Amino acid sequence: MITLTVNGTSHRLDIDPATPLLYALRGELGLNAAKFGCGLGQCGACTVIVEGEPVFSCLTPVIALQDRRVTTVEGLGTADKPGPLQQAFIDEQAAQCGYCTAGMIMRAQALLDRNTAASDAEIRAHMEPNLCRCGTHMRILRAIRRASEAMRDHPTGTAREARR
Amino acid sequence: MSAAMLSRRAVLAGGGALVVGFSLMPRGILAQAAGPKLPGSLDKTPMLDAWIRIDADGKITVFTGKAELGQGIKTALVQLAAEELMVAPEAIHLVTADTSLTPDEGYTAGSHSMQDSGTAIRDAAAEVRALLIGAAATKLQLPAERLQALDGAVVSDDGRRLGYGELVGDQLLHVRAEPQPKLVDPAKHQLVGKSLPRVDIPAKVTGSEAYVQDLRLPEMVHARVVRPPSYGATLSKAGVAAVQKMPGVLKVHRDGSYLAVIAEREYQAVAAMRALSATAGWEETARLPEPKELFDWLAAQPTQQVPVRNDLGEMPSGLHVVEASYRRAYQMHGSIGPSCAVGLFKDGALTVWTHSQGVYPLRGAIAQLTQLPPEKVRCIQVEGSGCYGHNGADDAGADAALLAMALPGRPVRVQWMREEEHGWEPYGSAMITKARAALGPDGRIQAWDYSVRSCTHATRPGPAGNLMPAWLGSAPIPQPPPKPLPLPEGGGHRNAAPLYTIPNARVVYDFVPAMPIRVSALRGLGAYMNIFSIESFIDELAQAAQADPVEFRLRHLDDPRAREVVTTAAERFGWTGYKKQPGRGRGFAFARYKNLAAYMALAVEVELDRESGRVRLARAIATVDSGEAVNPDGIKNQIEGGVLQSASWTLYESVAFDRTRITSRDWASYPILRFSAVPDEVNIHVIDRPGTPFLGTGEAAQGPTAAAIANAVADAAGVRLRDIPLTAARVKAAIGV
Repeated sequence: MITLTVNGTSHRLDIDPATPLLYALRGELGLNAAKFGCGLGQCGACTVIVEGEPVFSCLTPVIALQDRRVTTVEGLGTADKPGPLQQAFIDEQAAQCGYCTAGMIMRAQALLDRNTAASDAEIRAHMEPNLCRCGTHMRILRAIRRASEAMRDHPTGTAREARR
Repeated sequence: MSAAMLSRRAVLAGGGALVVGFSLMPRGILAQAAGPKLPGSLDKTPMLDAWIRIDADGKITVFTGKAELGQGIKTALVQLAAEELMVAPEAIHLVTADTSLTPDEGYTAGSHSMQDSGTAIRDAAAEVRALLIGAAATKLQLPAERLQALDGAVVSDDGRRLGYGELVGDQLLHVRAEPQPKLVDPAKHQLVGKSLPRVDIPAKVTGSEAYVQDLRLPEMVHARVVRPPSYGATLSKAGVAAVQKMPGVLKVHRDGSYLAVIAEREYQAVAAMRALSATAGWEETARLPEPKELFDWLAAQPTQQVPVRNDLGEMPSGLHVVEASYRRAYQMHGSIGPSCAVGLFKDGALTVWTHSQGVYPLRGAIAQLTQLPPEKVRCIQVEGSGCYGHNGADDAGADAALLAMALPGRPVRVQWMREEEHGWEPYGSAMITKARAALGPDGRIQAWDYSVRSCTHATRPGPAGNLMPAWLGSAPIPQPPPKPLPLPEGGGHRNAAPLYTIPNARVVYDFVPAMPIRVSALRGLGAYMNIFSIESFIDELAQAAQADPVEFRLRHLDDPRAREVVTTAAERFGWTGYKKQPGRGRGFAFARYKNLAAYMALAVEVELDRESGRVRLARAIATVDSGEAVNPDGIKNQIEGGVLQSASWTLYESVAFDRTRITSRDWASYPILRFSAVPDEVNIHVIDRPGTPFLGTGEAAQGPTAAAIANAVADAAGVRLRDIPLTAARVKAAIGV
């Protein structure tokens, strides 16, 4: 049995310990946000946060995550009550197909949890591992800047939650 | 997509399914179909209730045969319907491409959705409004002038109110559309022309079910395909028995060279696929062109010559003649999410949930592949990752069909792996263009001679032979011989003729029927390369004429809308007062997509690192005229995305292969744009033309962006590069540092 703690809830799963986290999130827990993109750690569509660090869930076996806290986009807010970064993506209309979006949000969240005053260059360097094919990069960068301002002004809720 | 499916079921259960089925029959099948030419897709599907249904409780359902591909079409269509029906956008329930529910609008491609479906839905909605007002006039015994539609009801000037549901009655909407309905005056638009937020984005940023990849049907199982290592490879052995015993494995399916595994859990299917793959033996043949001699191979191929324009006669003598030739590598769609589909074969009927761009053509192809009657096959479009043309979506739909039939009764989800998507999707063809032009003493182009050579840009289903899985079975269906797409839109010759006013010109398309590497429609088709070539060549001519590139273009442009996008983009960029910085350069380009759709012009600035040859697009200022702008931010998003995607194609992208195999199998072997190379500024200006036809937007940026970058590289480096991609190695070699 594998114990996985995702978005503050513990789950006991009867799965192969070599199963990458992505398949456990999507298959066993029914979470949609983390996406299969390459299975190689080259595109970032599967990015989640583990103990404050952005991680490729397609590469990380569940056995490596026992007693470690996993946060996915579902842990940041809902469509009715989005978190600051999700709200910023809505405000900037920062998606086309949106397939990369959840991974983008989680990688950006890991940065903003540490530093809500990141420079544009720091944001770009931090986002380098994640690919977008629709060309929505300008809006994604704007959304991250917008969220960092919101989180600087109102350091509440999901940011603290994710940091904990 | 359970919410959507529930409501689709509700629609079917509503008692109107028969009516809908009848209404969906295309024009020509219905005896009453003869009539005047109707706008957009109404011409093919003329019955109003094929597009709009109103339930007794007033619920409004709008049907489109087009698919949301991330281009925002759902939002724009809802805006049009809500505007004409005088309701809030939230009151519209939109059903997208589904062979059991929606009109057949072919493919969602070619920047056609607004012209085809947008026009049909807008006009149908306007007519429905008039019918509702007419019905209310009868019921209330008032003249229609004393009534108006308002927020889901018809209200009279004496204060009486009848909800749409009370009025729609029996067969009110089961009538043929008329050619010219009375539309809402554009000056009074409440929704059209406004940047309403996209209806699909909240689900996408919060992890709700949004994609076919997210479908979880009861009892669903997971499949993976062991794909051959190369085109034409045949399966000689496979360790089926051992894999059959692996945990969770339900079935190993082998039919000829088609090899797949179905398991209870997804990762069990992945593990079984890998084990199967390790034991599989393949017979391969070296049948691809030598990569180093690709363009020699292409130039030597027999062609079918298609004339595009021919009023040149002889190239006039005594003038300044300029010549150039351009080349473009094979390039891929490269969707971030590999293709996926779910199939269910139950009680003799097959349902396929797919991110195909054309559910009706796919249904026909799957029916042929599975030998089921088409009425026993239903294809339902559910969003996938952005496709940018014909990618693996239809093939994955075929996989789901074959594997669902191999395991009847349970939904089978097929997810492609990254290396399958990279290796098996149909690419955009390699191309060669040649341009020659004569400049008169007045600095104007007197004569123009241009040819474009490429393989096909259209191998979509329809025919089952265009589904890759069909090639692999024990009774393979061969791919039909490719044909050039017809003008005026064209395939490889899309935008081959310049829009500039040139008195004498010859333009030909040398269509290459051979197809050693699988190719089909990639966003813009031939327009990307033709506009790159023409707009690069125009700059070369401007240089020869010692003219400013923007002024030189305006010299040859008569269309006032073309002139306006050019002058606006130049002004907004600051073209005239531009001060060149070291290591930088500027470039301009213009095109009207397909010479009949959106006008787009842009000025860009690039940054050149002379040591490495690396080029970065630093700034792009664009102007677009797509006719009436239903959702201006949607247009900006598409153009902005097109600029960045085209920059990626133009600077980095080339499919690698050897004599046998495609070797671009992941993002390391096929690099694309990453954040470190993203521009500092991209600014899109939309010229809105209320009351004019929709021109479409999705593909307008691809060609102009490529040429503007090449022109800016020429300005920065002092040398011209004519081969796509303009890689750092090529730039460095051209500069000679």
